Amino acid sequence: MTWVNAIVQGILLGGLYALFACGLSLMFGVMRIINLAHGDIAVLGAFLVWSLTTRTGIGPFWALIPALPVMLVLGYLLHRTVLARSLRGGPLTPLLTTFGLAIVIQNALLQAYNPDVRSLGGAAGGIATGSWRITDQLSLSYLGVLILATAVLVLGGLQVMLRRTAFGREMRATAQDADTATLVGVPASSVYARATAIAVATATLAGVFLAVRSIFDASSGPTQLIFAFEAVVIGGLGSLWGTLWGGMVLGVAQTIGATIDPQYSILAGHLVFLIVLASPHGRSLVALRREGRAA
Amino acid sequence: MSDRWTVKRSGRATRISSGVFVLIGIALFAVPLGFRADVVQQLTTLCTLLIMAVMWNVLAGYGGLVSVGQQAFIGFGAYGTVFIAQLGVPAYLAVVLAALASAVLAVALAPLLLRLRGGQFAVGTWVVAEALALLVALDHDLGGGTGVSLRGLNTFPPDWRRAYTYWLTLAFTVLLLVLVFLLLRRRSGAAIQAIRDDEEAAASLGVRIMPLKFMLFVLAGFGCGAAGALTLANTLFIQPQSIFGVQWSAYMLFMVLVGGIGTYEGPILGAILFFLLQDWFAQYGAWYLIGLGAVAIAFALFLPRGLWSLADDRLPFRLLPVGYTLRPAG
Repeated sequence: MTWVNAIVQGILLGGLYALFACGLSLMFGVMRIINLAHGDIAVLGAFLVWSLTTRTGIGPFWALIPALPVMLVLGYLLHRTVLARSLRGGPLTPLLTTFGLAIVIQNALLQAYNPDVRSLGGAAGGIATGSWRITDQLSLSYLGVLILATAVLVLGGLQVMLRRTAFGREMRATAQDADTATLVGVPASSVYARATAIAVATATLAGVFLAVRSIFDASSGPTQLIFAFEAVVIGGLGSLWGTLWGGMVLGVAQTIGATIDPQYSILAGHLVFLIVLASPHGRSLVALRREGRAA
Repeated sequence: MSDRWTVKRSGRATRISSGVFVLIGIALFAVPLGFRADVVQQLTTLCTLLIMAVMWNVLAGYGGLVSVGQQAFIGFGAYGTVFIAQLGVPAYLAVVLAALASAVLAVALAPLLLRLRGGQFAVGTWVVAEALALLVALDHDLGGGTGVSLRGLNTFPPDWRRAYTYWLTLAFTVLLLVLVFLLLRRRSGAAIQAIRDDEEAAASLGVRIMPLKFMLFVLAGFGCGAAGALTLANTLFIQPQSIFGVQWSAYMLFMVLVGGIGTYEGPILGAILFFLLQDWFAQYGAWYLIGLGAVAIAFALFLPRGLWSLADDRLPFRLLPVGYTLRPAG
C-alpha cells in the first residue's frame, strides 16, 4: 500500500512539475531558447505573492489576482528589454543573458528579503492541510488535486490556444519560421514578447503552488528549473501533453525514491532523467532538433 | 598578386610579445622564493580561476557548448583527491590522479551530454553536477553533507606546503594554456574556430564536429577537475554544497564574457579582473553577485566579444601567434 501511495503522491507532485515546465516548454517551442532564469522568476512570483499576503492579510490564491497581471507585464518587458536583444546575438547569447539574469534575480531576492525559509501554507488556510482519506494509508490532499487540476487546465488551455486561436496560429507560424512569418505580417518580436509573458505568468502560478505546498527561499529557483527541465526532456521536447507525463514520471520517481530513503528522493529523479537521456528516446531528441520543428 | 602579400604566423612584434608571455610564466615560478605566504596563496587562487576561465572558454567560446555544470568536474576533482588520498596515495599525486579521473568522467559523460544542444546541454550538465553532489553527500567516508578536509598535506611546513601547491597549480595552468595554444595552432584550430563561427557552415565544409566537441569536452573536464583538486589543495577543506555549487559557473561565465569569449587572451584578462573584483567587493555579499550578473548581461548584449576585443582591434599585431595574418611581402 505504501507503494500505491507513493505513486499517487508522485502523480500529484507531477502536476506541480508540469506547471513549472510548461512555461519553459513554451519558450523553447516558440523561441528555441531555454530560459535559465525560469526557476528564479517562479520564486520571484512566490515572493511577490508572499509580500501581498503579509501586507494585506489576503490568502495567497486571492493575491494571485493582482500578482499574475503584474508578472505578465514583467514577462513582456523582460522580452522587450533583454531577450529581444539577446536573440539577435546568436544562439549562445540568450543562454548567457538568462543565466546572468538568474544570478541577479536570486541575489536581489536575497538582498530584498533574507535567506530565511518561508512558506505560504499557513496563509492558505484549510486547503493547504485538508485531504480526502481513501484508505488508512492513502489520502489525496486538496492542494495536490488542485495543483494537478490547474496543471491540466493550463496545459489544456495552452493547447487550445495554440490550435484554435489566431494568436496560437501566429505563434506556431513564428516557431516554424520567424522570418517568413514576419513577411506575411506576423511580427516575431511581438509574438515572442507575448509568449514570454505567458511563460512568466505560468511560472508564477507554479512558484506560488510550490510555496503553499512546501517551503521556499531566495535560492529555491535553480532546483525548480532543473525539475522543470527534466520533466520537459522526459516527456519529449516540444509536446505540451508530454510535459505533463514527464512531470508525473519525475514526481513518481521522486516519491518512490523517498519511500526507500528520503535521501534518495531527488537523486532518483535525476537518475530517471539520465536514463531517459541514454535511452533510444533520448536519441530521438537529437532527431527532433534536426527537423527543427516546434510545438 | 601572390608576390605582393604573404600569409604569416607572426611578425617581430608578436614574437616579442610571445617571448614576454613565456618570461612572465617562468618568472611566476620564482614567486614563492621572494614573497609572503599569503601572496602565494592568493596567486594560487588566481591560477585556479584562470584554469576555470580558460576551460570554460574552450567549451563555450570554441565548442559552442555553454555549460552550467562544469562544477561537476570541479567537485569530482576535489572529492576524487580526497578519495585517492584516503587510499594512502601522497596528496599531491592524488591531485594529479583526480584530474585524470575527471577526464575519464568526461569521456564517460560525453556520449550522453553531447546529444544535447544549446540550452539542453547547459541544463543537462547542471543535472549531472547536482546528481554528483547528492551522491557525494550520501557517502560518510567523504564527510557526507558536512564536508571533509584533505589530510596528508599537514606533514609539510605551512610555507612550503603553500609553495608546493602554488608550483603544482602554476604547472597545471601552464600545461593547459600550452595545450589550448597547440590545439589552436594545429589543423584542429582552424576547424574549432570554424565551429565557433558557424557550426552548420563548418559541418557543410566537411569539419567533423563531434570528435572535436568530444575532445574539447574531455579537455575541459580534465582542466576543471584539476582546478577543483587544486582548490582543495589550496583551502584544505571542502563541502559538497560549495564545491558543487553553481556559483562556479557564474564566475566562469563572468570571467569569459568580460574578458572576451572565443579568444585566447580574453579569459586570462577576465580571470585577472575577476580576481581583483573579488578581492575588493566580495564583502558586499549579495550586492556583489547582483553586480556580477548585471555586468555579465551587459557584456553579452553590448560588448559580446569582451574587453579583449577593445585592445585586439586597436593593436596592430596579435599578442600570441594563434592565427595567421596577411602582410605585404618583403
